[in-house]
Amino acid sequence: MAQSSETNKNETSVGAIAVKVDDLTVAYNYKPVLWDIDLEIPEGVLMAIVGPNGAGKSTLIKSILGILKPIAGSVEIFGKPYEKQRQIVAYVPQKGSVDWDFPTTALDVVTMGTYGSLGWIKRPGQKEKKAALEALEKVGMLPFKNRQISQLSGGQQQRIFLARALVQNASIYFMDEPFQGVDATTEIAIINILKELRKAGKTVIVVHHDLQTVPEYFDWVTFLNVKKIATGPVKDIFNDDNLTKTYGINYKVSIQE
Amino acid sequence: MDITEYIKLVFTDYTLRTITLGTAILGAVTGMLGSFAVLRKQSLLGDAISHAALPGIAIAFLITGAKDSNVLLLGALVSGLIGTFWIKGIISKTHLKSDTALGLILSLFFGFGMLLLTFIQKQPNANQAGLDKYLFGQAATLVESDVWLMAIVTGACLFVLLLFWKEFKILLFDADYTKTLGFNTKFIDVLITTFIVLAIVLGLQTVGVVLMSAMLLAPAAAARQWTNSLSVMVFLAAIFGAFSGVFGTAISASQNNLSTGPVIVLVAGIFVLVSFIFSPNRGLLFKQLRFIKNRRDLELQKTLSFMFHIAETHENISHPHTIKILNNFQGFTKGTLQKLVEKNYVKLDGTMWSLTDEGFKTASNLYNQQTSNNE
Repeated sequence: MAQSSETNKNETSVGAIAVKVDDLTVAYNYKPVLWDIDLEIPEGVLMAIVGPNGAGKSTLIKSILGILKPIAGSVEIFGKPYEKQRQIVAYVPQKGSVDWDFPTTALDVVTMGTYGSLGWIKRPGQKEKKAALEALEKVGMLPFKNRQISQLSGGQQQRIFLARALVQNASIYFMDEPFQGVDATTEIAIINILKELRKAGKTVIVVHHDLQTVPEYFDWVTFLNVKKIATGPVKDIFNDDNLTKTYGINYKVSIQE
Repeated sequence: MDITEYIKLVFTDYTLRTITLGTAILGAVTGMLGSFAVLRKQSLLGDAISHAALPGIAIAFLITGAKDSNVLLLGALVSGLIGTFWIKGIISKTHLKSDTALGLILSLFFGFGMLLLTFIQKQPNANQAGLDKYLFGQAATLVESDVWLMAIVTGACLFVLLLFWKEFKILLFDADYTKTLGFNTKFIDVLITTFIVLAIVLGLQTVGVVLMSAMLLAPAAAARQWTNSLSVMVFLAAIFGAFSGVFGTAISASQNNLSTGPVIVLVAGIFVLVSFIFSPNRGLLFKQLRFIKNRRDLELQKTLSFMFHIAETHENISHPHTIKILNNFQGFTKGTLQKLVEKNYVKLDGTMWSLTDEGFKTASNLYNQQTSNNE
C-alpha cells in the first residue's frame, strides 16, 4: 500500500517551475485523501486538475494554499516556500463556500482582494478602489458594483470571485471549479479571462469537471485520484488510457484537435 | 406614572439611572458583537457561552466565599472561555457538527454549574443566598462600578472593532480566503470570540444565564432586516440593543417591578418582530405586497396583449369590439378592464371596447420588454 505512485515522465520542461509539490499527503480521518503527490507545474500554463468526485482535487489546492494542514509534504512557489510567496498567489474558492446573503456589495467583495497587500489594520483607499473597479470592468460586472451580492446570479457571483482574485495581481492563480453552475455566456467570458491571464505569462490552475472541454480550454492537465495519475501537456497525455486509469471505468472522449 | 415624570426620575434616581445606563450599554455591546455571531452562523454560541459561565461563578464563590460581583464575573469569564474554546476544539478535531458540540458543552457546563449551586446552598455560609440570581439576572443589583466596567469593556470593544474592521469583515465572509491572503485567522477569531464571551459574561448579572443569548441575537437579527451593509447593521444592532435596555427597564420599573431581564428580552423580541414584518426590502409585508402587485401587473399586461391580438386583425387598431369576446380570456374581469380604461389604454363605448393609440403602443412593446427583462 505504501508505495509511491509511478511517476509519469511525460513532463516536458517549459520554462521555470511555478509550483512544486513534494510528497504531499493529506488525510481527514484515517483514509488518505491525497497520497504522496509529487507535482511540478511549469510557469505560464493553463492547467486543469481532473478526477472523479472525492479524488482530492479541492483538497490538493487547499493544502497547497495552506488552508488545510497536510500530514506530510512541502510546497514551493518559484523555488521558495509558499508562506514566503503568498503575495504572488491568488485563490478563487468554490462559489458555494461562502454565504452570499452576507451584507455587502459586489465592489466591497472585490476590494477584499487588496487586503493581502494592505496588511493588518490599514484600510483600502482610492488606489485599492480603483484597482477593484478595474477588475470589475474586466469581468464585465462594473454596472453591478453596488449590488448586494445576494441579488447577483450564480454566474455573476462567480465573476465577482474571479475579479477579487484578479485584483491581487498575482503570478499564480488557483481556482476551484470556476465553471460550476454558470451559463454558457459566463463560461465563455471566464475562459477568455483565463486565456488572457496565460497570455500575460501567468500560471492558472483550475479544478475542472467537464472533460469534454479540457482540450479546448487547457494546455496542461493533471489527472488525480487520491494519487497523481499523470500530469503534462494536454496533447500528450489527455487520452483514453489516462482517463480510464483515473475514473476507473472505460472512458472514451473524442478529442478534437 | 406618566412619561415625563419617569424621564425625570431616570436622571435623578440613582438606582434607576444606574440600571437604565447599564442595560443600555449592555444592549449596545451585545448588539454589536451579536451581528458577528449571527453572520458567522454561530447564533447558538451565545447560549453555550452563557451557560458555560455558570460553573465559573459557583467555583469563584467557593474559592473566595464572598459575593463580590467582579470576582464572580471573573470566574464566569474563565469558565465561559474554557467552554467556548472547548467547543471550537471539538468542532475542529472531531467530526461532530457545531450544533452538537454547542449543545454538548452547554448542557455539560450548565449541569455542572447547577450541581455546584445546590452544593453551595447546603453550606452553612450566610453569604450563599442569591447566587441563583445569575440564572435569570437581577438588574436591580447593578451598582455604579458595574456600569463603569461595562462602559470600559464596550469602549475597548469599539476600539478593537474599528481597528480590525477590515479583518473582521473578511473573516466573517470568507475565512479560507482570508488565510490565503496571509492573515492569521486564528488571531482574528480569538479576538472576536473573546469579546463575545466578555460581553455575555457582563450581562449575566442583569439578564441571566438562560436569556443572555437573546441579547446577542435579537438586535442583530432585527438589524439585518434593514440594511445590506455590515457597518450599518452593526450600528443598528447596537442602537436596537440599547433601546431594548432602556425601554425594558422603563417598562419593568413602571409596572410593579417586573423582572427586568425578561422584559428587556421581550422588547428586543418586539424589535425583531417589527423588523421581520415591516422592513422595506426583506420584510414579509412589503415582500407580499410586491408579489401581489407584480401578479396584478402581469394579469393586466396579459389582458392587454390579448386585446392587442384581436385589434391587430383590423387595419384600424381603434376598431371597436364587443366586450363579450374578452370572456374567452381567462384572466379577464371587469376590474382589469376598468384598470385599463383608467390607464387610458382602452376606450369603452357601451358594450364595445377599442384600443387607444397609447394602449396599442404599450402592448406592442410588452413582448420586447418581457424578453429583455429575462436576460
